[in-house]
Amino acid sequence: MINKLNVTSVWVLDKEEALDFYVNKLGLEKGADVKQGTYRWLTVRVPGDPGVEISLEAPGPPVQDEATAAQLRELITKGAMGGLVFVTDDVRGLYETLKKRGVTDFTQEPADNFYGTDMGIRDPFGNAIRILERKVAHKAKA
Amino acid sequence: MPERPRWRSVIPVSRDAEDLNRRLLRARDAMDRAYAEPLNVRAVAAVAHVSEAHFIRSFRAVFGETPHRYLQRRRVERSMFLLRDTDRSVTDICFDVGFTSRGTFSRTFREIVGEAPSDYRMGHGPMVAPNCFQMAFTRPRVAAMQSSSFGDGSAAAAP
Repeated sequence: MINKLNVTSVWVLDKEEALDFYVNKLGLEKGADVKQGTYRWLTVRVPGDPGVEISLEAPGPPVQDEATAAQLRELITKGAMGGLVFVTDDVRGLYETLKKRGVTDFTQEPADNFYGTDMGIRDPFGNAIRILERKVAHKAKA
Repeated sequence: MPERPRWRSVIPVSRDAEDLNRRLLRARDAMDRAYAEPLNVRAVAAVAHVSEAHFIRSFRAVFGETPHRYLQRRRVERSMFLLRDTDRSVTDICFDVGFTSRGTFSRTFREIVGEAPSDYRMGHGPMVAPNCFQMAFTRPRVAAMQSSSFGDGSAAAAP
């Protein structure tokens, strides 16, 4: 039986720019940052939740040949590579915080739904990020 | 999949192309966010920092449909959502999602969905999927090319 998600990854064009966005703009914390030769194992994670790492992966050799990497970069920048969903306890407060930090790429401002209130942003490269504040009453009713 | 993938298998995409993709995506996001407003192609092209003509041409190359067609399908998708999930009148919903005439809305809806808005409402109830999934996966695949209140209708038919 699998017990827990440990590592997931998000494709980025530039690891340093990604680190700045995910830590300084979005508010995650840096996890692992290990250089081995030309490879940098770089992860971010939700503060206080060290069990789940998000690996920031940039396409390129030696993992992908240059042509494959170019295809991946094209898909990333088209927003075709999926994304991440986070949970917060105050989505409207976070929305204001993100704006103050200079985030402009909102795909959706906070909106109420039957399951809670959520908003959407994109990272600098095109990946979709959703942030949800769960509806407590809905949970209690279930 | 009605559209053939447009990526090139061996030619590396330049940084310029990636940057253009990202700006076009930002413009597409603007349509997803502001579909209820009276958008025109000039304003959306400005989000991508390109000229109108370049915007329409490159958007179509990158996303496989014209900006007008994308917006039309977004508006119809949002109207389908409101028909399923609310009791608002069809006329109210028409204006809620950015159409400016009830006739255009009904005709476009029927062309895309294959039935009238009121008939669609009769046959469908609320969905339980999160909103972002509904927006992503229930946007109808086929759209009419004729009517354009967006400004790129004629360009849509051009090669």
